[in-house]
Formats: sequence, structure tokens, C-alpha cells
Amino acid sequence: MSDQPPPISDDTLHAYVDGRLDAAHSAEIGTRLATDAVLSARVQAWREQNQALHALFDPVLDEPVPARLTQILTPPARARWLHMAAAIGWLAVGGMLGWAVHGKLEPATPIEAVALAQRAAVAHVVYASEVQHPVEVKADQEQHLVHWLSKRLGTELRVPDLNRFGYQLVGGRLLPGDKGPAAQFMYQEARGTRLTLYVAIQTDVTQETAFRYEAGEGVNVLYWVDHGRGFALAGETDRATLLRLGHAAYETLSF
Amino acid sequence: MGRHPFEEHLPRLRRYALALMRDRMRADDLVQDTLERALRKFSLFRRNTDLRAWLFTIMHNVHVNQIRAAAAAARTQPDDAGGEPSRAPLDEAAIARDISNALQHLAPEHREVILLVGLEQLSYEETARVLDVPIGTVMSRLTRARERLRALMSGEISPTLRRVK
Repeated sequence: MSDQPPPISDDTLHAYVDGRLDAAHSAEIGTRLATDAVLSARVQAWREQNQALHALFDPVLDEPVPARLTQILTPPARARWLHMAAAIGWLAVGGMLGWAVHGKLEPATPIEAVALAQRAAVAHVVYASEVQHPVEVKADQEQHLVHWLSKRLGTELRVPDLNRFGYQLVGGRLLPGDKGPAAQFMYQEARGTRLTLYVAIQTDVTQETAFRYEAGEGVNVLYWVDHGRGFALAGETDRATLLRLGHAAYETLSF
Repeated sequence: MGRHPFEEHLPRLRRYALALMRDRMRADDLVQDTLERALRKFSLFRRNTDLRAWLFTIMHNVHVNQIRAAAAAARTQPDDAGGEPSRAPLDEAAIARDISNALQHLAPEHREVILLVGLEQLSYEETARVLDVPIGTVMSRLTRARERLRALMSGEISPTLRRVK
């Protein structure tokens, strides 16, 4: 063995700075650096770079992660429904739901109202899980939203205020209904749970129904027909909550 | 509801993205693109490999694609009639003070290496896998990156000068 050890390689210097050497090797390099001003200045600068990077960027680790990022990873229960809808096609889902709904209801339920419930359920599943564009017009333009949708549906619409239940209006959109345009209003509460109100004109203006409730997979629907307009509230909430929301909505919507 | 396995890695993905992009909005856009791509490709993820390194690999690929797309867009832009584009004067003192500014004067591949190793504390092997280059390339890029950063921050070289290899 020679007295003169080979020069320290760059790779070893990096490993020294990054703490990748075992204790003995690290101590040996430390000793050798003590007598080499050029190399130790280099190592010192590299260390300070690491420290500066941490000082500058570590604070972001303690920040809450923005909701738009966590939302991508936490598709709510309705996403299962959505995947199913995507897998077997919307029409098939509509048909299945129709069959399920139909089998359980008294014969008096008009077919048109059942179709309304189906469309409301599918529309809820599709748009309530949407992260980027849940609505076309946001709640900050509520007046414009109501005016626009009223015009398209050809009837005066009102937006129920569900704030006292913790649901705030997100906005709304125009949708194709069974026989013409339909409107969807979306609400959201603090935990991100969404509720949608679907409205469509009913062709049979004489038909009125009481509240009907149907539990689907991942979405429950409360619907009724009043003054030639069909309404459906869709959400993942349980029947009792949906009924309370329905009563509150009915007060605004029945005029 | 169980937490998604990606979730625990979000803070570090955000840190790396912020160091790369400097702008918070663009950094979170990069994280979002990364997550969306990772979700699409999750079926390809092999259980016994390191999820964190896999996510950083995807972020690297998304980032590189963005740089390429931006470069291609810049090439197809017609030249300004004025000839020499006007550049904001560089505040060299500010670069020396702020490592964030200095980082912007590194080549993208050097910046990535120094951030993955120095900030994210990935091993050299992991860094090589994330960047899909041999480990020797990681080490030589690391030397260039650290030395150039040192020169920039000490004012030894001006950021406007390109060092000839």
C-alpha cells in the first residue's frame, strides 16, 4: 500500500455530501478534506446547495394539499356507478334502472316520471363526479343561470335555497331531456358531497305525482311532477335527508 | 373510505414540481397531470416496486414532454420583425442570493438531477431509474449541476455565459 491514497473521486464526494457513505468511510473522507482547502470548499458549497433547496422548498410539505389534487384520488362512491355506466353504456343503465324502478312502484306512476328519474340519476352520476367542469354556469352568475335555463325550458324556474341544510349552489347546466331540454342544478356541502336537482317539462300537463323515492346503486332519487314540470333530486344521501331537502325544494318550486 | 395509495406522496410531488416550475399554479398543474396519467397507468405498476419512485418517473416524463412541446411551439412561431428579441436584464446579484433563480439557469436535465438527489433525496440508483439513464450519467450530471450552481451563486460565472464543455 502506498502512503499516498488515490485522489477522492467526484462520486465519493457526492456520496459524502448526500450522506450515502458508511460512518467509517465518511469519517475518513472528512479527515482528508480537512487538509484540502479546495476540495473542502467544493463540498461545503454542495452541502449548502442541499440546505438551501430544503429551506426554500420544504415549507410546501406542510401546506394542505389543494382539493383539486386530492379530488382526483378520491372518487366518491358514485364513481363505481359511473364506471359501470361507462362499461355497459348509458342506455343499458337507464334500462336497468327503469326496470328496477318499475318493478317496485305502484302502477299509477306515469312512465314519463320514471324516465325523468332515470335521466336525473344518470345526469347526477355523470356530472356530480366531474372535477374540472361540474357545471356550465357557476353560482356566482345565478341570475343569468336561472334566466337562461328558464328561457330554454320555456317555463319559469327558481333555484331552491338549501343553505340551511349545508348545501350551497355550485351552478347549473342545460341537458338533453327525454323530449326536449332539461336543466340540472348542482349543490355541494362542505365535505364535497354533491346533490343535483333535475328539471324537465312533462308533456302530460294533467299528471301530478306525490314524492316518489328510488334507491339506486350509488345514487338515490326523489322525484315528483307538479304543474307540468318534473323535478328530481339526486344524491347519495339517505332517504330521510333527501325527503327533507325535497320538501324544502318543493316550497320554492311549487308556484 | 381508505386513502388512495398515491395520497401520501402528494406533498413531495408538490415540492418537486414547485422546484421545477417555480410557479405554484403551474406546479400543481404538473402534479395534476402526473396524477391523471398515473391513474391511467396504475394497472402497469408492479406491486413490489417503489411507488414513490414510480410517481416521480411519471412526473419526469410529463415534464419532459411539456418542455418538448413548448420547444416545438417556439420553433413554429414566426420570428419577430424586430430581429434580436429584447431580454429583461438579468439581476446577477439576485441569482446569487436565490438558489431558485440560479436553478433556472441550469439545463433541465441538470436541474432534475440536483433536485432529485439534493432535495428529494432519492438514491443515485433511483434517480437513474426515474430519469431512465445509466447511473454514470447521473453522477456526471450531478457534478456539472453542482459545480455550475456553485459558480452561479458565487458570481463566478455570469448566467448569460454558456460554459463550453
